[in-house]
Amino acid sequence: MSSTTVQAPAAAAGVSKTAAKRINSISSGSNLVVNAFFILYSIACLFPILLVISASLSDENAITLHGYSIIPKVWSTAAYHYLSYDMHKILVGYGISIATTIIGSMAGMLMTALYAYPLSRMDFQFRGFFSFFIFFTMIFGGGLVPSYLVYSNILHLKDTLFALIIPGLLMSAFLVLTTRTFFQQTIHPSILESAQIDGAGEFRIFFGIVLPLSLPVMATVGLFYTLGYWNDWFNSLVYINNDKLVNLQYMMYRVMRNLQFLQSNAQSNSAVGAQEIAKIPSETVRMAMCIVGMGPIVLAYPFFQRYFVAGLTVGAVKG
Amino acid sequence: MELNTELGKKRFSFGRKVAKNRYLLLMMLPGTLYLLINNYLPMFGTLIAFKKIDMTLHYWWLTSPWIGFDNFKFLFKTSDAWVITRNTVLYNALFITITPIIAVTFAILLNETRNRIAARFYQNIMFLPYFLSAVVVGYLGYSMLSVEFGFINTHVLEPLGMDAVAWYNEPKYWPYILPLVYIWKNIGYSTVIYLAAIIGIDNEYYEAALMDGASKWRQVISITLPQIRPIIVILMLMAVGHILNADFGLFYQVPLDSGSLYPTTNVIDTYVYRALLSLGDIGMSSAAGLYQSAVGFVLVLTVNLIVRKVNKESALF
Repeated sequence: MSSTTVQAPAAAAGVSKTAAKRINSISSGSNLVVNAFFILYSIACLFPILLVISASLSDENAITLHGYSIIPKVWSTAAYHYLSYDMHKILVGYGISIATTIIGSMAGMLMTALYAYPLSRMDFQFRGFFSFFIFFTMIFGGGLVPSYLVYSNILHLKDTLFALIIPGLLMSAFLVLTTRTFFQQTIHPSILESAQIDGAGEFRIFFGIVLPLSLPVMATVGLFYTLGYWNDWFNSLVYINNDKLVNLQYMMYRVMRNLQFLQSNAQSNSAVGAQEIAKIPSETVRMAMCIVGMGPIVLAYPFFQRYFVAGLTVGAVKG
Repeated sequence: MELNTELGKKRFSFGRKVAKNRYLLLMMLPGTLYLLINNYLPMFGTLIAFKKIDMTLHYWWLTSPWIGFDNFKFLFKTSDAWVITRNTVLYNALFITITPIIAVTFAILLNETRNRIAARFYQNIMFLPYFLSAVVVGYLGYSMLSVEFGFINTHVLEPLGMDAVAWYNEPKYWPYILPLVYIWKNIGYSTVIYLAAIIGIDNEYYEAALMDGASKWRQVISITLPQIRPIIVILMLMAVGHILNADFGLFYQVPLDSGSLYPTTNVIDTYVYRALLSLGDIGMSSAAGLYQSAVGFVLVLTVNLIVRKVNKESALF
């Protein structure tokens, strides 16, 4: 009996809360309109991707007759079959993309954390200088030409793997400042102090205490770098002439401009004669190349985006 | 004598400060080196905009003779200078104003959608294009706009009895196409940020408004918008400072670098790239690049100053 009287107010509060929510929610009519709108917008977001998938699985003749359509008029895997002749080239492209993404993201995360951590320490005496040193790069930059000269004429990174990793992408000032804010807000100085009293050195404190406590922000920073490296084609465009260092995005770029790029390899393949090359299903091969290149990011998306949203949310609530 | 000791003391204390912070300074070394090479060295490199480039010279970027503002005079005499400035500023101005309007609207509507699972679903789908590279977006655009096979010509215009449009040759359509693509690709990102801000608003405000009988519209105007205003201001401020920096991928990949579209697709970034790597005109491209950086810098400072005057909290620095 007594227990029910204790529970009653809580239950009442619960009821009033849901009731309040219902009062404050939009009317069923508006709800329907809003949902209809977002369903249409979602279709608009997915439509071009579905169109490319469908085109890549279409017969070339059907496309030349009817154009790209959302459901193939005549199904065919000829485009993928054709791409398989160039499997070697595509796999090398994947390899370069994966390697630069892993190396670049790892190095970027480490450098970001190492730069951000001292900035978060109130007792670091050069905090002001180094904060300004990185902040200034956000408001003034030299531009493409001097950067190009530094990397190509002074450091001679043209046509090396480093040109895909270092220019522009390695450390983002914005992510450094976000990481600093996270350190400031989550790691209490007294933890560091007690570690110091126990005799831990700065590096030990950083790798042993600060980094393990900062996995959420590190994951977000890592995702941003991964996306940046995986989607990069600009460094290839500017610094790469060597066909052996073509990453996946740049390969897609070159196939879009000129299908010949893939054919250079096929020509040396005796299984594919000159006639075979003459009747390449060029439109469908283009679209198949897009799917091959786009594949990983779309497949990884459902896992990726949850953390991404969480990370953005942390960043948006300004500290 | 006294000056000497002052100096000695200062040097001594600076040395001590370095020694005391040596491990933290060591941690910053990789990042500092990177910033020096990637950001600061190119800042000094802007000086080549004032040089007459002579590539036959040894270390020509250092030893070429100075010519003052001749590269700039040459640049601003061309009709390109006006076209690229107009395109860059107008597109970016449109993006800066339209993004918060659409994204805030989307965020408010998503927040109000009764079915939470559906709202999450819409948000995830809307966010997907943000993950695609500019190259992929170029392909997707091509599948819609290709003259002979594109979806719009073959499945929309043709059934309606209209003539096919040569999208990649007609500059007049691109002031509509590019903003559409920009919104399609980026709006999910901004929506997530604004949605996070809206969810962070204290529920008590809405409860109080409800007591006073405020309508949904009234609540949006009087609570939601004022509460998220700081974030809108900050994001717009950062964008205004970069109004001369265009999204290179959007303007280069989506029009497939089609020369006949330059009147409406060429922006400072694509111009600098082409002048440098296609034409090899280093003098002109570095002048254009410095013009972009310098105006951007002045703009950031100016906008920040204005914001500081209006509302100190919202200023960047």
